[in-house]
Amino acid sequence: MTSYAITVFGTDRPGIVATITSTLAESGANIEDTSMTLLQGHFAMTLIAQIEIDAQALEAKLATALGEDLTVSVSKVRPDQTTGALGTSYVLTVQGGDKPGIVAAVTKIIAKHQGNITDLTTRLSQSLYLLVAEVSLPTGINLEAINSELVNVGKDFGIALHLTLVEEDVL
Amino acid sequence: MLERVELAMPTLPTGTLLKTVAAPNQALSSLCAEVDPKDSNILQLAADLITTMHANKGCVGLAANQVGRAVRVFALDVSNHPKTTKSHGLFVLINPEIVSSSRNEKSREGCLSVPDFTGDVKRATQLTITGYLPGSDSQITIETQGFEAKAIGHEIDHLNGYLFLDRVAGAHAIFPRKRYL
Ligand SMILES: [Zn+2]
Repeated sequence: MTSYAITVFGTDRPGIVATITSTLAESGANIEDTSMTLLQGHFAMTLIAQIEIDAQALEAKLATALGEDLTVSVSKVRPDQTTGALGTSYVLTVQGGDKPGIVAAVTKIIAKHQGNITDLTTRLSQSLYLLVAEVSLPTGINLEAINSELVNVGKDFGIALHLTLVEEDVL
Repeated sequence: MLERVELAMPTLPTGTLLKTVAAPNQALSSLCAEVDPKDSNILQLAADLITTMHANKGCVGLAANQVGRAVRVFALDVSNHPKTTKSHGLFVLINPEIVSSSRNEKSREGCLSVPDFTGDVKRATQLTITGYLPGSDSQITIETQGFEAKAIGHEIDHLNGYLFLDRVAGAHAIFPRKRYL
């Protein structure tokens, strides 16, 4: 068995997930991780699955099942890409007026401090821009330095930025 | 400020370290059965739960089905946790029932039985429950708040066959559990 990344993107309608997963089940695929959302109303899904059949054959099968409004791609990934969730979790939230370059400016600071973005959502609704990211920062990082850099970016763009520690409690 | 309330926990037999089970073990999805708090087997189980809870670093609570026994018994001790505002110390409660719960708060929690994930879950931070201490047939009432209330909510969920995974706040509310080097 080999791991494949399957991405599907296109016009949303009811039944897409059912069609994709039925086609995968018929092909003997075993779905591992999945992420799906709507982006500006477009269907966007990525799955990692273990598949026995050929990638091109699967891509063709999915494309036929889904029709022209959806774009499918199947590509091989190295098995077990788990990097482990090291470090400390933070949630980064940004909200403000939409201006080009906000995401780049903010994520550059995170990258500079060896922070890893493990989950990211951005949304634009009329003139309001939102960003929520799950960020893993190395334990013992200089949080004040990151925060002051983020505050400066916030001032430049006129946006509100918050980096909040996520405490995990084992109950 | 930590408000402490002492419960009349009896002296228990010597506890044995039990093996814990992890999801998807069926015991964790089972509705646990009420038991006789004066049963000597239950007194032994109470002691074993405390021993097993203490053997797992950072563990503040343990339900009987986490050691594969589908009965309504859990052990708890949040007295050393930094977030605790009210604590009933170390206790084991049998046949617990929620009388009232309010002031839900969302936080990220993990569980000994779910080693690879954490999740954002809403829990009551004001909680009143009833139950029985080991060896006693008089029902007691526990009124608590904050972290202890959340922890008790998590344990009673276990006894009803619910994991935090069954209560997550949304499709993007499950995360890989952190590993510390
Ligand atoms: Zn648990």
